[in-house]
Order: sequence, then C-alpha cells, then structure tokens
Amino acid sequence: MTGGEGDAKAGLGTGEEAVLEVRGLSAGFDTEAGRVRAVDGVSFQVRGGETLGIVGESGCGKSVTALSIMRLLPQPMGHILGGEVLYRGRDLVRVSAEAMHAVRGAGIGMVFQEPMTALNPVHRVGAQLSEVLLLHTKLNRREAWSQSVEILGRVGIPSPEIRATEYPHQLSGGMRQRVMIAMALACGPDVLIADEPTTALDVTVQAQILRLIGDLREQMGMAVILITHDLGVIAQTCDEVAVMYAGRIVERAQATALFERPRHPYTQGLLDAIPRADRPRKSRLRTIEGMVPGLEDLPAGCRFASRCPRPHGNEVLEERPPFLEAASGHWIEACPCFYPASNGGECSR
Amino acid sequence: MLTVMQTDGEPLLALEGVQVHFPVRGGVFMRARGVCRAVDGVSLTVQRGETLGLVGESGCGKTTLGRAVVRLHPVTAGRIRFAGADITRAGRRELMTIRRDLQMIFQDPAESLNPRHTVGGILEEPYLVHKLGTAAEREGKVRDLLERVGLPSEAMPKFPFEFSGGQRQRIGIARAIALHPKLIVCDEPVSALDVSVQSQVLNLLLDLQRELGLAYLFIAHDLSVVRHVSDRIAVMYLGRLMEVGPADEVYGHPTHAYTRALIEAIPILDPRRRRQLEPLEGDVPSPIDPPPGCAFGFRMGHPRYGESIGKEIALEEVGKGHWVARCPCCVDG
Repeated sequence: MTGGEGDAKAGLGTGEEAVLEVRGLSAGFDTEAGRVRAVDGVSFQVRGGETLGIVGESGCGKSVTALSIMRLLPQPMGHILGGEVLYRGRDLVRVSAEAMHAVRGAGIGMVFQEPMTALNPVHRVGAQLSEVLLLHTKLNRREAWSQSVEILGRVGIPSPEIRATEYPHQLSGGMRQRVMIAMALACGPDVLIADEPTTALDVTVQAQILRLIGDLREQMGMAVILITHDLGVIAQTCDEVAVMYAGRIVERAQATALFERPRHPYTQGLLDAIPRADRPRKSRLRTIEGMVPGLEDLPAGCRFASRCPRPHGNEVLEERPPFLEAASGHWIEACPCFYPASNGGECSR
Repeated sequence: MLTVMQTDGEPLLALEGVQVHFPVRGGVFMRARGVCRAVDGVSLTVQRGETLGLVGESGCGKTTLGRAVVRLHPVTAGRIRFAGADITRAGRRELMTIRRDLQMIFQDPAESLNPRHTVGGILEEPYLVHKLGTAAEREGKVRDLLERVGLPSEAMPKFPFEFSGGQRQRIGIARAIALHPKLIVCDEPVSALDVSVQSQVLNLLLDLQRELGLAYLFIAHDLSVVRHVSDRIAVMYLGRLMEVGPADEVYGHPTHAYTRALIEAIPILDPRRRRQLEPLEGDVPSPIDPPPGCAFGFRMGHPRYGESIGKEIALEEVGKGHWVARCPCCVDG
C-alpha cells in the first residue's frame, strides 16, 4: 500500500477501534512571508490504554500537531489546512466551538511543558482545579473542592488538603506538573496529550512523572500521546512511536522495532547522535550535519535530503516519497536513497 | 578533610572547602531569615587538560559553584587556587589577567552574547580589552576563531539573533577560546540544543580540548552527556559533594545512594529494558533551611537518617581517586 498526503488512510493499523485517529492532518501559520505549513499530512492513531510517542527536534511540528488536535492553535495566524481528527468517530476539525470546548474538558486532556505558564499564579491550586470541575460537571462548589483534593491525592501530592490551599509558586516544578496532570485528568478524559511534560524537570522527578502518567493510563484505560524530543523517554514509555521531521512523519513503528531497527536515515542519525554508555568515552559522536530547513523553503520531496548522509539525486526533492509499510506495522517515508524499489523494498543501511 | 588529593602534580584548579552563601532577604513570600547555603564546603581539583563533570539536580548548587570559580559570585569561605595562585579574593585588575586563562560558556548563548554587537565585534572584544594586536591582526584572529568553531567568516557582520541555537553556542565557544585559556567552565552548554546539534557542539568541545590542551569544568544535568565528555565526575547534592571519581568508576560503580538514584533515573534507549524500580520520591530540600543530618537520607526518609544528624560527613576514598561522602544512610558498609 502506498500513499502520501492524499491517501489519508495510509499507514493506519487495524484491530481494536482507535479512540483518536488523525488522518492527513496539515496545519500552518500566516507569517509576513506568507503562509507556512508546519505540519504536512500526518496520520496516526492511538487506542485506549496505549501510549503513542511523537518524537522530533524543535520545529518539527510535533507541538503544532498537538495544538491542532485540541484546536488551540494561536489565533488568528494558526490554521488547520486539511485532514481529519477523528475522536470517537467525530471529526474535531469540523465541530462547533462549543462542542470542542466540551471535548477539551471531558474527552481530551492536555499537559504542557511549563506548568508555571499554564497555571494561574494568583489562584489557589484547589480553586483552579475546582474551576475545571465546575465548568464541565454538575458539581457544586463544595463538592468540586473535595473532589479536587481527592484528585490531587491521586496524582501523588502529599497532604493534598493543605496543598490545595497553596499557590502555584509554593510548589516545586514536579509538584506543579502533578497539578497540571490533575487538571487535565479532572473530568476523566479518555485521551491525554502530554507535550514535553518532563522537559523542564530533573531526571529523578522526570521518572516520577512518567511513572505517574503510566499508572494513570492503566487505571483509567486512557490513550496517551506523549510528545518529546527525548528518545530515552520514548523508549521507556511508549508502545508506538512516530518520528517527525520538518512537518512530516518519516517513520512510525512499534517502539521495540524502531529502536532495534531504525529504517529512516533521520531516525538512525538521531539514535547515533546520543551519547551512550556502551560507546567509548570522549570519542567523537556521530552527527547529523547541517540544520533543519526553514519552513519557508521546504522541498516538495524528501525534506531530509539536504542533511542525509546517503547519496541521492536532485529528483528526490521533487516528489514526496511514498509512506510505505516496510515491515508489519513499520511505516517509513520511503525516499529512494535508502529504499530503492528495485531491490524489492529491502532497506539498506 | 579539606582537599581531595590528586597524585600527579599541582592541579590547575583547586577548591578547598568553598562555601557560597546568599543572604535571604524578607519579602512577600519569604520570611527574612538566615542564609541560603548554595555551596556548602566543596573541595575539588581539576588537572590540566582534564574534564571534570559536575552533576546534580537543579538547586544542588552546581551552577553557583561554577560561577564562583570564575568569580561571578563572591566566595563566602574556603579557597580557590588557580594555576598556582590564590584567586579567592582577587581584585578587579587581577581578575582581568586571570580571565585570560579562565573562561566560561553559558547555557543560553542568546543571553550571554550582546544582541547589539555583531559577531565580529563580540569576538574582537577580548583582544580589545587586553589591548592585543592591531586592527588588522585582530580581524585575522577573529576569522581564525570562526573557522576553528566551524562558522563561515561571513558571520562577522551579522548579529547573534541571526543564528540558530547551535551556531550561537559556537560563537560563545569562540569567544571563550579567543585568549587561549587553560580552563573553561561550561555551564549546561548543550542542554538547550537539539540532539543532532548537541552532538556537533560536544564534538567541537572534544576537538578543542585535544588541540588546545584545555581543561573543562563541565556542569550539566544530563548524565549521559557528562559521562561521555568527562575524565572524572563529581556529584553534588544540596551544596555538597556526595561522590567524586573517575568517570567509569562513578558511572559503573556508583557508591553513594544519590549517585545510584541519578543513574537509575536516566531513561535507557531500549524499550525492552524498561525501568521497574520505584523512582526516587520527593524533591531536593531547600538550601535555605537544610535538614540537620544527611540531606539525601532526609529526602528518602531513610531509617538510619537519625544517625547522620550532627555528624560531620567527610569524603572517604573507596577506590583509587574515588571519593564518597560516607554517611550512615547513603553508603553501605
């Protein structure tokens, strides 16, 4: 099966019904230089109880993908340019603002990287959490408060009845991120989107937060989309992984398959660039030369070509490589430089 | 216990019981009380041409220590010796001379490079300050610097904002090596960079060390990065050293419970080897009101924490050049 942006079904697995399915989603921004496309035809799906990781470097479009799903792109310059976001079979791109508002509270929760900017500094933690419950449920103020305290306890905040009366600045970074998670989960969503939830945290606290998200996913049967730049975090938490580069998914596979046998040259380059304990100390690291191309001058074809270590002709810049299933459940944007159709599609490394 | 002795000659940098305390002033959110003991008695050495990695969680004092070494923070107590001279109380003029040999690279080059100066101007400044060379000679040196850090000479008339994060860090490195220093304090030099760019900058630092015989005090929270670039690693917690030793020793045979916890928290790049251990709970206690005993035992609620109260916990050598803060709750045996 082949297909690029046009074939929205490309690369979608079968089996149990997905809670959230993104098909050929494109999104972009109006800038002084004209409209740029930050996300260009991405497709993936996630089922209840599963974690999908979206990994990529800054500017690859991973956060814009998340904001598009939530319809929270900065206004007025952000636009969804095409594709579908199917949540329980309903296309969120086309629902009314009111319907989307309801989905955001009770259907899909989101956690951001920096809780300090997402929390209101002048309101008590418990009040902010109650606010969510008052908006989305029929609880009264007192019930909302006691439920807030209970939720804070569930996300591992010690003495939640005291913490609920405190302000965000009185909490540590890890505690604040727990509060964010509590707010995202207050109304029992079945999808949690976590955008770099641990990037601002120390490794020890990161481990706590990742454990918490994993535990809650199991207890609540949630689908989790974890967005990160850290392949280690992906390896430790995700069932399936989508690797994004310059607005597109270049590889998507089960986590075990991706780390065992990365097929796209970009994924290979990323994995090789990370210092690892099994490599000699002070040896030169493998690098990916050059920089990500700017959104204004992206080639229509393979976007990694300018940094790709493999020899390739200019023709790969002209046409978008097909998104192919190279092995069962292992999808790649199959640039001819590493996936020649002539040898029966066997990847060369 | 003041010095962690090195065998081979006088170290390039030697810290002896360095303390950096800040007064805590009253305010809306904090009662006026006492001091913040950001660095609380640290003894360390860095040899010529060596990289000492300094790790620890945020708030452990590693950045404050690095800034104290280049004298951006005054030292409250203890001594800093650099290249044989006591620089603990060096005055302005002395510091000028010292900083030819002792430079610093910051985490965010966007904040440490003057946005109103061109790259050429930024890199010429060290030569101007030290009155070195004619205008033509200085321009030649700036070109050499740019080439050395992998930037084109066309960069000279441009401003820092015109560059990517990785390129800006290259500019920061070029400025730091302009006067051929002996030691560079690198404070989280790659933590703001993407993986693919991070490896480029780490390679540059490794190359420069080989070519110029530089020593680095490499401060970072990413243990994988620190292990890769360091000859020795020092682990800090709440203003104190917990463990210091050869990188492979500290990483391969961590002896202090805190070092173990840090290493165990690193996400492994292998989905088949998922961490099953309970993650370390709690946060770093406040250096304003530190617990009376072992700060890490306190955080873990260790059953033997009580034994550490009121005890002076000294570093002990457990292997060649491998020192550990031997406290009853954090070190076995």
